[in-house]
Amino acid sequence: MNAPALVELKDIRVNYGEVPALEDVSLTVYEHDFLGIIGPNGGGKSTLLKVVLGLVKPERGSVSVFGRPPEQARNRVGYVSQRSFFDRDFPASVWDVVLMGRYSSAGIVRRYGDRDKHQAEKALAMVGMLEQRNKQIGMLSGGEQQRVFVARALCAGPGLLLLDEPTASIDSTMQTEFYELLEELKYSLTIVMVSHDIGAVSVYVDKIACLNRRMYYHGSREITPDILEATYKCPVQLIAHGTVPHRVLKEH
Amino acid sequence: MPGTTDCPWHGAPPGVEGTLKMLEALQYEFMRNALMAGLLASVACGIVGVYVVVKKVVFISGGIAHAAFGGIGLGYYLGINPITGALLFSLASGLGIGVITSRTRIAADTAIGILWAVGMALGVVFIYLTPGFAPDLMGYLFGSILTVPFSDIVLMLVLVLVIIGITVALYKEYLIVCFDEEYGTAVGMPVEKLYFLLLAMIALTVVVLIQVVGMILVIALLTFPAAMARQFTHNMKSMMLLSVLFGFLFTMGGLWLSYVLRLPSGATIVLFGGLVLAASLGFSRLRTRQHEAKKAA
Repeated sequence: MNAPALVELKDIRVNYGEVPALEDVSLTVYEHDFLGIIGPNGGGKSTLLKVVLGLVKPERGSVSVFGRPPEQARNRVGYVSQRSFFDRDFPASVWDVVLMGRYSSAGIVRRYGDRDKHQAEKALAMVGMLEQRNKQIGMLSGGEQQRVFVARALCAGPGLLLLDEPTASIDSTMQTEFYELLEELKYSLTIVMVSHDIGAVSVYVDKIACLNRRMYYHGSREITPDILEATYKCPVQLIAHGTVPHRVLKEH
Repeated sequence: MPGTTDCPWHGAPPGVEGTLKMLEALQYEFMRNALMAGLLASVACGIVGVYVVVKKVVFISGGIAHAAFGGIGLGYYLGINPITGALLFSLASGLGIGVITSRTRIAADTAIGILWAVGMALGVVFIYLTPGFAPDLMGYLFGSILTVPFSDIVLMLVLVLVIIGITVALYKEYLIVCFDEEYGTAVGMPVEKLYFLLLAMIALTVVVLIQVVGMILVIALLTFPAAMARQFTHNMKSMMLLSVLFGFLFTMGGLWLSYVLRLPSGATIVLFGGLVLAASLGFSRLRTRQHEAKKAA
């Protein structure tokens, strides 16, 4: 019954200087998973994504993405980074930014072709931003910008979308809207989202991994306070989403 | 005054009569060279200035320009064309700043300070060690667009063609590098190499601009036209084209003013550009305010 595995990490170890960032981390992401990775700051969440992107080479362990070394799988992986600090006056339109997602497919020096433009159009339509394509990127609201960055990641034509704290820089109403967008996208994609927002993660994702240098839990989204405590090394209060019907964290 | 001493029309009458005299002067070779130099400088500063302003590396550019003085001194010392020396030094200091900031823990502005001062000090020492008098030194420091020799125009043309070539080939890459370096790294772009190449392009531009406004004022032509262009467009290509246009307007307008007012050309070009830029910034600010007031009402 298992869907094919898109990402397979086995016994990964990553050191930053003397300090281990990841130890003995194994993780498998299957097609059509919507996986949330939670854990404290400095727990190695972003590092884990960088391993999948092939930007950080682990000292030990094996990484396979779409059955290949991660560097060779980049044109099938879309990435939305934690923060996008750019100048609000930056001379680029929504369209310019989305096309950047086609870089890996087009290749260095080559120009974007019709296929690239077609994919960019499709991606913008998917996030509902096609009508704003000619607007300057800095003129959009934070939530709209994040949609454009998701479109940029989508138009790489990825089977896998990696999101690093995608809601960190947008306000709470926009956050809900953003998660709803992910809900729609998850039917056609595999999504791995790193977040510190335990509440939101538990509502929207299908599987959860708790990471604090080591992997503390990986499985369905029903996590217990014990696991959270082990991950965060201190008691964590689960915030109840009283009226949300698909609230899933078990009462203990 | 530096700059006026080399002015071939020194003593020309101001005003309309002077302007006619200037147009008359167009038939002379030095005037045609000045026009060519102005045009080439506008193309270089228009394109690279946009990167400098958008990527916020104005002070790195200032550092490269001043470090080039070491090369000018070396040129005098070795008896070769000081511009060749400037080319070597500006390229070396550009790459030096790149390597120091990416491979060591020294902060970028510290690296700029070091190379800026060391470059200039080397220039002073080389010139001191050179026997006799260093001709045209003021021209390199403060610019002398009217005395650019044809051989230097050829060099400028080659450098400008290199800059255009790189920009056309790597336009989409530099849009990503300027907008979001982190994303570039994530999609596997050689971000660091592209950044070094950008520093090299800035170094080439500095060399192109030295003869027009002088190394001390190079930074003006790298920033004014791009800052001006930014107000009118949010497309990087259009910004470059507009910026080339404004660069040409500033150099030619400044040259004309220096003629009728009998002022040094390099400094007049900078002051004229600054004035137009300030007026345009003030005007667009006024317009946004009116726009907002209308919205509120």
